[in-house]
Amino acid sequence: MELTEFIIKAIIILVIFGLTLLIAMYSTYGERKVAAFIQDRIGPNRAGPFGMLQPLADAGKMFFKEDFIPAQANKWLFIAGPALAMLTALMASAVIPFGDTIRYDGVEVAVQAVEANIGILYIFGVVSLGVYGIMVGGWASNNKFSLLGAIRAASQNISYEIAMGMAIVAILMMTGSLSLRAIVEQQHGGNWNIWYQPLGFIIFITCAFAECNRTPFDLPECETELVGGYHTEYSSMKLGFYLFAEYINMFISSAVISALYFGGYNYPGMDWVYTQLTGAFGEVAGHNAATLIGTAVFFGKALFFVFFYMWVRWTLPRFRYDQLMNLGWKGLIPLAILNIIITGTGVLFLEPYFSALLK
Amino acid sequence: MVVFSRSPIHSVLYLILTFFCLTGHYILLNAQFLAAVNIIVYAGAIMVLFLFVIMFLNMKKEDEEAKTNLTKIAAMIVAGTLFVILFGAYRKTIVGSYNPYEYNSQVGMVESLGAVLFRDYLLPFELASVLFLIAMTGAVMLGRREVGERHF
Repeated sequence: MELTEFIIKAIIILVIFGLTLLIAMYSTYGERKVAAFIQDRIGPNRAGPFGMLQPLADAGKMFFKEDFIPAQANKWLFIAGPALAMLTALMASAVIPFGDTIRYDGVEVAVQAVEANIGILYIFGVVSLGVYGIMVGGWASNNKFSLLGAIRAASQNISYEIAMGMAIVAILMMTGSLSLRAIVEQQHGGNWNIWYQPLGFIIFITCAFAECNRTPFDLPECETELVGGYHTEYSSMKLGFYLFAEYINMFISSAVISALYFGGYNYPGMDWVYTQLTGAFGEVAGHNAATLIGTAVFFGKALFFVFFYMWVRWTLPRFRYDQLMNLGWKGLIPLAILNIIITGTGVLFLEPYFSALLK
Repeated sequence: MVVFSRSPIHSVLYLILTFFCLTGHYILLNAQFLAAVNIIVYAGAIMVLFLFVIMFLNMKKEDEEAKTNLTKIAAMIVAGTLFVILFGAYRKTIVGSYNPYEYNSQVGMVESLGAVLFRDYLLPFELASVLFLIAMTGAVMLGRREVGERHF
């Protein structure tokens, strides 16, 4: 790899990594502000202007708390649990295409950590690994409530993964590629997948809520039944890692939703902006500026979905456990299969239309 | 490690690690699709179920009861035979080489895999899927609630 290309790639990866952490950090702040707004309160407003320094204060508090390991716990697995949760949460952002390409010195670098031709499968695999962090942590703390929370998390994730995979299959049938970049590029010019896959989108977003253990599916940490769920025994930064991993997962899944269904870094009037910018700043700088705008739009969409997560959290009550399982197995999976059949029929009979669209 | 560790939970975790090593081999062999599917299906779903069941059984307290000598001898014979077979097979293998100039780097990608699966091996593939369907129906039938019975 050329040196300039390597440096640009390294910068992009670092920036994306930092932004992911930053957004996850400020999601905690945003969550509390949104909650306060919905419940007609003020929310955090002491640390810094508008309480903007609240996440830093929280992190400092987490670090200075006592790091406690229960006597009967399995020490190594107890430490491995939060580490695994954090690791899998951060791994998923590697294949998300955050923007178009950046041109510098004749080389063209995609705003994406790794371009894998199995991108969506990679994300799916990493997400399915995320449950290990919870399970290992819950089991290792040697506490009945933790174990129950871990088992709930595992069964919920497995059940909803199936429907999620089927929702993705319908998308793959339309685009004919597993690469996230190819999927995003195909939605260029306003033909976002949401217009073709409204049912698939609803299935996908429901499953994404369940995978992130967010309300209305937050049974693993249901405090009225299970003290604190899988992280009952955790304290200090280990607890912080679990909570942080949840917010990272939220951001990643929002990014995946906007890439799969809402056109990623495409936005209406994109070509017009592109020609204006290249006309004003020249070929290279204009291209880069257009790319940056696309990336900003992508982050905007992702942040909207993060907000959507919070909105739903403070609007809907929690499911009962059998309702959760019934919805997953008897509601979403048949719907997902129906969606696949409809999409297949559509692709087959509207073939001339689609092939004209793809050219 | 899977076999030697005392606690079943540790065995399962080492088995997951083994699957990761397998995935690494797939990637080295340029089969990215297989690697991803291996992670999703084995590490992501099947091993979670294993862990699930073992956690429920909670086999930590009671250690396994002492095995009789007969079991130990039988296990040793079986393991030894397996080793001999594997070793023999390994020695007989002819490692084929490939021409780096004619080698198609896309051979392990999804597209070529799909083409092979749905053109050359269509019948076995479909038969396997029918087999899966039958197994699934059987599992649903076994787990079905009888009329008038209430489990919880």
